[in-house]
Amino acid sequence: MRNYNLTEDVFVNPGNMGCPGCGATIAMNLALKALGEKTIVTIPACCWAVIAGPYPMTTLKVPILHTVFASAAVTASGIRAALEYQGDNETTVMAWAGDGGTFDIGIQSLSGAAERNDDIIFVCYDNEAYMNTGVQKSSSTPYGTNTTTSPGTGWKKTRKKKIMEIMAAHRIPYAATANIAYPQDLINKFEKAKSIKGTKFIHIYASCPTGWKIPSEISVKIARMATKCNFFPLYEVEDGIHYQLNHVGDQSVREYYKMQGRFKHLSDDDIDKIQNYIDSDFEVLLGRL
Amino acid sequence: MNEKVMEGSHAISEAVRLCNVGVVSGFPITPQTHIIEAIAEHCSDGTMKAKYINVESEHSAMAAIVGASSAGTRAFTATSSHGLALMHELLHWAAGARLPIVMGEVNRALGPGWNIWTDQTDSLSQRDTGWIQLYCEDGQEALDTVIFGFRLAELVNLPVMVIIDAFLVSHTYEAVSVPTQDEVNEFLPAFNPRIKLDLENPQALNQMASPQYYMEMRKSMQLAMETVEDIYDEVEDEFHDTWGRRYGSVEGINLDADVVFVTSGTATTTCRLAIKDLTDKGESVGMLKIKMFRPFPAKGIQNALKNAGKVAVVDRNFSFGAGGIFAQEVKSSLCNLKDAPVVFNFIAGLGGRDITTDTFFEMYEKVNANDIPQTESEWIGINEQELK
Ligand SMILES: Cc1ncc(C[n+]2csc(CCOP(=O)(O)OP(=O)(O)O)c2C)c(N)n1
Ligand SMILES: [Mg+2]
Repeated sequence: MRNYNLTEDVFVNPGNMGCPGCGATIAMNLALKALGEKTIVTIPACCWAVIAGPYPMTTLKVPILHTVFASAAVTASGIRAALEYQGDNETTVMAWAGDGGTFDIGIQSLSGAAERNDDIIFVCYDNEAYMNTGVQKSSSTPYGTNTTTSPGTGWKKTRKKKIMEIMAAHRIPYAATANIAYPQDLINKFEKAKSIKGTKFIHIYASCPTGWKIPSEISVKIARMATKCNFFPLYEVEDGIHYQLNHVGDQSVREYYKMQGRFKHLSDDDIDKIQNYIDSDFEVLLGRL
Repeated sequence: MNEKVMEGSHAISEAVRLCNVGVVSGFPITPQTHIIEAIAEHCSDGTMKAKYINVESEHSAMAAIVGASSAGTRAFTATSSHGLALMHELLHWAAGARLPIVMGEVNRALGPGWNIWTDQTDSLSQRDTGWIQLYCEDGQEALDTVIFGFRLAELVNLPVMVIIDAFLVSHTYEAVSVPTQDEVNEFLPAFNPRIKLDLENPQALNQMASPQYYMEMRKSMQLAMETVEDIYDEVEDEFHDTWGRRYGSVEGINLDADVVFVTSGTATTTCRLAIKDLTDKGESVGMLKIKMFRPFPAKGIQNALKNAGKVAVVDRNFSFGAGGIFAQEVKSSLCNLKDAPVVFNFIAGLGGRDITTDTFFEMYEKVNANDIPQTESEWIGINEQELK
């Protein structure tokens, strides 16, 4: 057992509605361990709106304001403004959205908050599709994926949107990627985000056994492989320009793709093409360091 | 108390300044812009302590103050027309969350064709969202309604829309009597929310609700709505004690007349002139102004109209395939009344077309010429050549 120096406090109660192996649930627990009790969370429509529990129960140890699908960021901005009006500059306000609530329907409100540099942490837990509604394609879904709206030979032929670059282009003080398989790194990033004023963006890779068609017991392993093959590199961007890479992967993407049901239709040629995409993306990232 | 000449928009912004609002969000749309510009200015020159958030859409304007109000702060925004339509999802959310938000809404037509002039179809399309809707005739009424609107909202835990006509109120300069800060502080106590986001007592707000609970949540909203008329009267009593003005949820003049017009917004002001003219000529004519549209004051309206000869509802709005929206509601209030008067429905002034005293004289003649109204609404001043 590795010791991550984590608090014993439980922020995500057991018995919640997360699926077995749900990466998003692991992510929340780690994030709140880092942020602590003085945190208010706002959650738009997404799997987490379910995991957080139906009335009259709640999964979290901190207050939650559920909001509409498009509005996670600005709801957090409104909470922040109210706390500031009340003289509270200490409480952390965190918006916690899925990839749909970040890359797609939520991007307008996220961009607005980032441009205003509102003092919030916006977290995207990325499971690469609309999972809550039954695994439909999002603009975070990677090239080559079968989803229920990109089925069969209609698998997704466009690439995953580069949300980190979009956020960096807003020149927010802090943006970082994180991965449930790298808990210490994830926690460090939340602690850092908490200490910075302004808009912080954390993009967490959060595997989804149900949607990715993988056994739940390899959920964390798959997430780790995504970083080890540079499919999901771990890095930070400060003020939109200062890049820092936290991990260099050295494995090919083949095994990562081969282990997941959502990619099982891909040919070796397809995977070679994907390897090229990932290599060139990683080159671009290295070029920014 | 102090008289100033100001626009209707500034009557609203001035009221918001006096109400110690904590968070204001805004996104510009003609003819609402002067409201949020003035508030932004008050926030920047320090005469208002509120946090002003320049949001990137009206959807976000409402989401921002849903966040702010849930965190226990008095909150305001203003919009109009397409902005209100874009907010629709959040209007349900704010009311369902039982947040005592007040919003200024300037009645403007919806496109296409783009039209910035007055028309009530924007706010009336939101009638099922759970917001209290209060229509105002002039700047003074708008200022007063914002102040007692916050009081009402916070007593019943429902949001309040304060509605004025585009340009005819929003951009029209009139003398407005402005209360002092001390008077408002006395009338409107500090916001003391029923529930809020609280670190000491962490709860989930607005979460999933199964069929086992949802229906009671909606019934609770309706029970709150059912208290609104009485509480509104009490709030108006107190308002009257301080400032000597009151509006009522409805206001009647000469309600036993042979013909009684039913109006709202600035059409009421014109109607006042028209019925004075007609009365001077010996005609038997009256009017009923409807200020409160949600909750619909059905009992008050039954009572007001029970002795009228004929009723003529003037609608500056339309529900396609049905009719004027005020007329539908008036008819449904009267349908169980024994010997209810017949109800004529006129559609006039859409998209900012003028409603003048002549418009009322024309409608009056049409009512007099027929014992029984036609089933469909009658559109006034239509140029047949333009119909396609
Ligand atoms: C305006 C609106 N459109 C659609 C939905 C239906 N909806 C609820 S959650 C969801 C998908 C969420 O996807 P994502 O943000 O990726 O989160 P995940 O479910 O994957 O955790 C959708 C489409 C909604 N609630 N609101
Ligand atoms: Mg998702």
